Amino acid sequence: MRNKTEKERTKQEEFMRRHRRHHHEIALWRALVFLLFLALWELSADLHWIDSFFFSSPSRVALCFVKQIRTNSMLSHIGVTLFETVASFLLVLLFSLVMSTLLWCSTKLSEVLEPYLVVLNSLPKSALAPLFIVWLGTGAKTIIVAGISVALFGSVISFYTAFRQADSEKITLIRTLGGNRRDAFLKVVLPGSVPMLLSTAKVNIGLALVGVIIGEFLAARKGLGYLIIYGSQVFQLDMVITSILVLCVIALLFYKSVQIIEHQIRIRFKM
Amino acid sequence: MSNILELKNIGYSYHNLHGETKALEDISFGVGEGEFLAIVGPSGCGKSTLLSIIAGLLPPERGTILVNNPDGSIRYPGIGYMLQRDHLFEWRTVYRNVTLGLEIQKKMTPERLETIERLLREYGLEKFRDKRPSELSGGMKQRAALIRTLALDPQLLLLDEPFSALDYQTRLTVSADICRLIRETGKTMIIITHDLSEAISLADRIIVLSGRPARVKREIPVKLTLKDDSLLAARNAPEFQDYFNRLWEDLTHEK
Repeated sequence: MRNKTEKERTKQEEFMRRHRRHHHEIALWRALVFLLFLALWELSADLHWIDSFFFSSPSRVALCFVKQIRTNSMLSHIGVTLFETVASFLLVLLFSLVMSTLLWCSTKLSEVLEPYLVVLNSLPKSALAPLFIVWLGTGAKTIIVAGISVALFGSVISFYTAFRQADSEKITLIRTLGGNRRDAFLKVVLPGSVPMLLSTAKVNIGLALVGVIIGEFLAARKGLGYLIIYGSQVFQLDMVITSILVLCVIALLFYKSVQIIEHQIRIRFKM
Repeated sequence: MSNILELKNIGYSYHNLHGETKALEDISFGVGEGEFLAIVGPSGCGKSTLLSIIAGLLPPERGTILVNNPDGSIRYPGIGYMLQRDHLFEWRTVYRNVTLGLEIQKKMTPERLETIERLLREYGLEKFRDKRPSELSGGMKQRAALIRTLALDPQLLLLDEPFSALDYQTRLTVSADICRLIRETGKTMIIITHDLSEAISLADRIIVLSGRPARVKREIPVKLTLKDDSLLAARNAPEFQDYFNRLWEDLTHEK
């Protein structure tokens, strides 16, 4: 008997070890791919396989980044883009929560508005950016509106779909306990939709960033989008590529932080 | 035994673009105080519709429901409804699930909460009050759902195939368990079931509905000499097989 449990434990340990090893292996390969890419890039620039004026190189990017940090402009550009993205993300969450709640409250309203939502969702929002500039001028306000416009309509549709998928029997249960539609919403529909709302939020943060960069392309004097456009106009492609790489890091960090928040909420409510 | 509810010529139809579908036609019966009434019928005959009407979730299209309270008042009796699944909310603890009704009706009074404490103790759920529903066994979930229903102190309990989501073995013990607990409270119960042996072993009277549109086909008072609410014991009662055969005949020779 004792032998058996020992044997089982070692099997379990073996499984755990295999699991850990697998994860380490994947992490190692990811790092290797990154380093390989950097090495190949640097090498092809040094050996003049590619023209580093157009394609830059890791060392030039690093140099450019350090220079930009020294002159203190990079950090403020990053700060502006971060602020605008977080602002549009939070506003998107707020607006879509309010709008999808209204749609859920009134079936008639949702039926009336459905075609408009579909059209607004499929419309390429970059087409609206010039209008925003004319209406709101060039500045953070315009950029934030551009960020909101990209994410909002899809988000409203996702939220509303999540609300509609609430278990109708659970709503009946609320009615049998003497509750009204408000109780049904607050006690069944909203808490039941939390997982769906969280995954929509993860998509939204990416879309808000897209909108903000589009806005900065067209109407900004600050931010990474501005830096990219400016760099390309003065043929400072190091600056362009550095900004793009910084954007990659920002996108990753945004995604990770929403993921961490999602994880915390799931643990908290054991979902 | 006086009737606390009297259904008179209840009728109901569903309407859609293809026309009208009659679900219930001319249904009349009474429900005695403290009585356990089972309603059986072919699937899709409108049993759940009938229960929704009794619960006041659906207004009847035709007919009336007369209320006959023991104290002579005409207030509709408090109704507790148990659905096909326990529908405990996973995002709430067991305790916050069983107090859901009180929370909705804003009746979190010390007396009511004391009742809940007593029921949690009696039903062996005290240790699990801070657990999530998924950590309970099937039978415990049903007990928690029962406490949630009883918390509002309803006079009439409506059970809509409440055990149909359980596997057969669990179901045998849980249905007997829940019905015993309801008997102890002295409340009136109407249960819908498609399980004939469940109906025979639990109910004082069985109402057999016909296929669509449902009418009352037969009323069968059940008297078992062995009755202790356990399905297994009831199955051994000498009358069991007769009742079963009669119900079977009624339901199979529909046309």
